Amino acid sequence: MNLIRMKGVKKTYKNGVTAIYDLDLKIEKGEFVFIIGSTGCGKSTLIKMLYREEKPNTGEIIVGGLNVAKLKNRKVYKLRRKLGVVYQDFKLLPKSTVFENVAFALEIFGTPKKEIYEKVLKVLDLVGLKNKAKHYPTNLSGGEQQRVAIARAIVNEPKLLICDEPTGNLDENTSMEIMKVLEEVNKMGTTIIMVTHDTKIVDRMKKRVILLDAGRIVKDYPEGTYVNEGI
Amino acid sequence: MKAFRILGRDIRDSFKSVFRNFSLSLASITCITITLLVVSISVILSLNVDNIATLIEKDVTIVAFLEKDVEEVDIKLLQREIERLDNIDTVVFQSKEDTKNEMMEASEDFKNVMQDYTEDENPLQDSFKVKVIDIELIGETANQIKELDGVDVVKYGEGMVEQLVQVFKVVRNICIFIVVTLIVVTAFLISNTIKITIYSRRKEIEIMRLVGASNLNIKIPFVFEGLFLGILGSIIPMLVTVYGYTAIYEQSGGILFSNIIELVEPMPFVLWVSLILLVIGMVVGMFGSLLAVRKHLKI
Repeated sequence: MNLIRMKGVKKTYKNGVTAIYDLDLKIEKGEFVFIIGSTGCGKSTLIKMLYREEKPNTGEIIVGGLNVAKLKNRKVYKLRRKLGVVYQDFKLLPKSTVFENVAFALEIFGTPKKEIYEKVLKVLDLVGLKNKAKHYPTNLSGGEQQRVAIARAIVNEPKLLICDEPTGNLDENTSMEIMKVLEEVNKMGTTIIMVTHDTKIVDRMKKRVILLDAGRIVKDYPEGTYVNEGI
Repeated sequence: MKAFRILGRDIRDSFKSVFRNFSLSLASITCITITLLVVSISVILSLNVDNIATLIEKDVTIVAFLEKDVEEVDIKLLQREIERLDNIDTVVFQSKEDTKNEMMEASEDFKNVMQDYTEDENPLQDSFKVKVIDIELIGETANQIKELDGVDVVKYGEGMVEQLVQVFKVVRNICIFIVVTLIVVTAFLISNTIKITIYSRRKEIEIMRLVGASNLNIKIPFVFEGLFLGILGSIIPMLVTVYGYTAIYEQSGGILFSNIIELVEPMPFVLWVSLILLVIGMVVGMFGSLLAVRKHLKI
């Protein structure tokens, strides 16, 4: 079953720049997909449309059965509850502890306290931060902050995890640690779409890779076939 | 159950965030405190002015002098007739004897003249002292009394009273205008300060949206936060109102300048004013906050 189906998607921004031209894309449940391409190729726009931060001008986007392209602004939360998003700049609440940051994603559903406690500790354990639950994000390293962000994104067990340059602010070793965590999450059944320009990571991971250029899919390498062509 | 749990968390979080964003909260609270103090002073002044006006108006009396030959039975009937008219508050009969005694007490000269008269010789007239409910209609009421059989002359300070009523009307309107304007300005100031507070936290709102908070999920904590800010900001104005006014009242003995200007008694007056302040603080805090959040939501 397709978790994501995009058909004839076109996005032109108000300033007249067209970021995506007539794009078709299918992503299966449980896949790990990299989206790569040079700056300005439309990769950020592509995933922003997946979590409905941007709206396509034409075309159809189905994510987990929801017609995202037609979703109204005040209904966006319904989509956001089905997926997790991780950003380059982490987007953590600086005045809340690690535990509170992660728990926040559950509290808005009215999850019972005990369940929150168990789930948050479990997911912090998964990302290796169980002993830092009471720290504030500002006291953590970049890699740790990103792991908190991942924990928050996956704590309500979404089917899809969207990562927008999650390693963009991190050094090589830390990046690989993050990739390990993401691979772990993927093994548990979560579909992952990751935008990156770090070809070293893409090289090492041997996953499906979609190459974008000037708003179009240029190449779609099936799992394990990607070779770095020096882009 | 679930809804209550969410609500409980919203209240807890909003309380926390008042303290976590302390410097911003302090700015809002200070703004609320200062503006409410001004509102408090203006409300207290206006209500006192109104009180003085009411007291003076209450003093205005229609005196209806009776004709000389009215029998005692007819006087009773006449009193009942006056009481039956519209706009009548109280009717008190004052016999010419009473008037004589009153005048003799008032001055030595009167005493010397009056004490020679016996009851039959008394040149004064029996009268009714009538107080009205609505002072603006006093002229009409006086005329109606004058039409009754047995009434000779009616006096109520014609001309003077009308002017007085006119002046008080203007003063009251000015007071209402000032208080309403101040409340509107207060609302504007407070909601602007809260807007700045929330503007600095738009990132927080963005994150809330990202993790799947609905618009309502986002709004409610901010509304509670505004409520708390409003309550915290009205504490000092309330204390100043209660203790400050009571102190002024006690210091002055309840009178300003002369006996004419009586202050409103502090209890329960100050409690009402405090309640008004609290309600203004709460409502403006909540709505200011709500309006500010809405700007950052994509609706």
